[in-house]
Amino acid sequence: MRTLPFLVIAALILVGGLFLPQFVGNPYYFFAGYVVLQYVVIATGWNILGGYAGYINFGTSAFFGAGVYVAAFLIKAFGAPLPVQILAAGVVGMLLGVATGYLTLRIQGVYFSIATVALVVVLETLIHNIDYLGGASGMQTIAPPAPAWFGGQTQYVFCAMLVLAVVAVVAARFIERSWIGRSLRAIKASEPAAEACGVPTLSMKLVACAISGAIIAIAGAPYAYYASHVDPLSAFSLTIGLNALAMPLIGGTRSWIGPVIGALLLASVQQIATVTISSEFNILAVGIVLIAFVVLAPEGILGLIADLKEKLRRRGARP
Amino acid sequence: MEFLDLITNALVSGVALGSIYALLALGLSITFGVLHIPNVAHPALMIAGAYAVVFANARGLDPIVAALLLTVPFYALGIVFYEFYARAFEKRGRGNTLQSLTLFFGVSLVIEIALVVAFGTDLRSVEVPYVGRSLEFGIVLLPYRFLVPALLAPVVILALWLYMTRTYSGLALRAVAHDDRALSISGVNPVSIKRHAFGIATALAVLAGAALVITGPVDPFAGRVQIGRVFAIVVLAGLGSIPGTLVAAILIGIAEALVTAFLSPSWAPGVAFAILLGTLAIRPSGLFGAR
Repeated sequence: MRTLPFLVIAALILVGGLFLPQFVGNPYYFFAGYVVLQYVVIATGWNILGGYAGYINFGTSAFFGAGVYVAAFLIKAFGAPLPVQILAAGVVGMLLGVATGYLTLRIQGVYFSIATVALVVVLETLIHNIDYLGGASGMQTIAPPAPAWFGGQTQYVFCAMLVLAVVAVVAARFIERSWIGRSLRAIKASEPAAEACGVPTLSMKLVACAISGAIIAIAGAPYAYYASHVDPLSAFSLTIGLNALAMPLIGGTRSWIGPVIGALLLASVQQIATVTISSEFNILAVGIVLIAFVVLAPEGILGLIADLKEKLRRRGARP
Repeated sequence: MEFLDLITNALVSGVALGSIYALLALGLSITFGVLHIPNVAHPALMIAGAYAVVFANARGLDPIVAALLLTVPFYALGIVFYEFYARAFEKRGRGNTLQSLTLFFGVSLVIEIALVVAFGTDLRSVEVPYVGRSLEFGIVLLPYRFLVPALLAPVVILALWLYMTRTYSGLALRAVAHDDRALSISGVNPVSIKRHAFGIATALAVLAGAALVITGPVDPFAGRVQIGRVFAIVVLAGLGSIPGTLVAAILIGIAEALVTAFLSPSWAPGVAFAILLGTLAIRPSGLFGAR
């Protein structure tokens, strides 16, 4: 997609979404839509490090949870409005990303992934032991009321999440097409070769970690507003980490649209499944879909489409 | 002296705990340490093993005897599992970490939910005469439910270590990690060795499961808390070092016991991970690993 049409479409989605509360009455749609959009943000953020640079973050929920608790803290301490919470979560997520990256990125691959698992537990343990933030049982987060224009809390956080999703996707697309994305792809292909070509691999990985961490953390920020109760179990939930991995993988990790497709698809299916069937089978379905995609279509839906195009082209070339 | 009591008991229970952790990590030290396959499904396999032991125990079998018998089907399961993995990846010549990690992640979810479907989400435990009683030795008080699996671990580790260092197939197993090409020149099929190694690792998972379920009741998701801990042990030990696994596990066990005794039990889960993060940052090759 060219840049101008892309930006026009992004702007249309944004404006359309912001006016949605004026036309759609049932708050349930915003409730479900919020979750789907939240996963668009998370998957997009994850893909910047995981898809472009090939560093698998298993600890997405650490960044998400950090965002949730930054927001919760700001609500409790200052009654801060949502935009402030989001910005603060972004900064904390970025710092967390740089810190994790600095600790582990000098060693490669698997170790980084394992370290991110560790990060979740360390942060969760930390939150468990901070009484001010409610400890293990969590705490109520009564946020300041939403601006009247949106017609309700749910509509307000939905619109906030929509803005975040559009911003995240635009940022991911920009990164993919800039020198940052090219360096990250070089790192993914071969780190020594990238280094030899003059890519400052460590700093590029740190940049990717920072951006990815910030985007995932801002996805967590509106949660305190949305759920009006936060606890360590749901903030650091495994489901977040699992979906963050599954969605880009299903969509395709090479391009910004992959995680968006994956998130829209999987999150919608999950929203329908949690209403209609049990949440256990929901996890089972994700597990099986993951295995199937890894084994049969490792490049995701984008890869399948590319294969299909290639086949059609060949068939067309042969008279 | 109360302080002396506290610290002695913390040390003793730390060593026992660490010994059990070593058993939990042993299978992974083969798959991840020797074969470099990041098998995040190992803890889930362990829980599956624990459930199999519970099932046998309900029919009157001692959990350790049951686990020893179950190593045979689990060995076979491991071979099937490796065959699947190899067909999906290694033969296509792609050692992509993302994809194999994701595959194992998916497998562990499937195992967990299969257990939920088969047994429900209730806690399950084994019944043995020694559970509930404790060994009292001076000021030391150690429940048998910790002591028995803690004694099982060094035996298994010793057996594995002897196998790895004293037998031909153990040697081949260590060689496959270094260079499978060279191994195939000397007339050994590296794929069959890897399959065998994966079988052993899976058989060890059922022993680990037995140890875990003697220590305390398990539910289908009990493996999740262990993922980080077992990886922490394997990395801290230095990849592939069997005696290192015991030392690293005991260090982590002691650290957790001390934190539990002097700070609060709620801090304990973070200990292994903090040690792991520290190890990765300072000495990624681990205690006994070659640089």
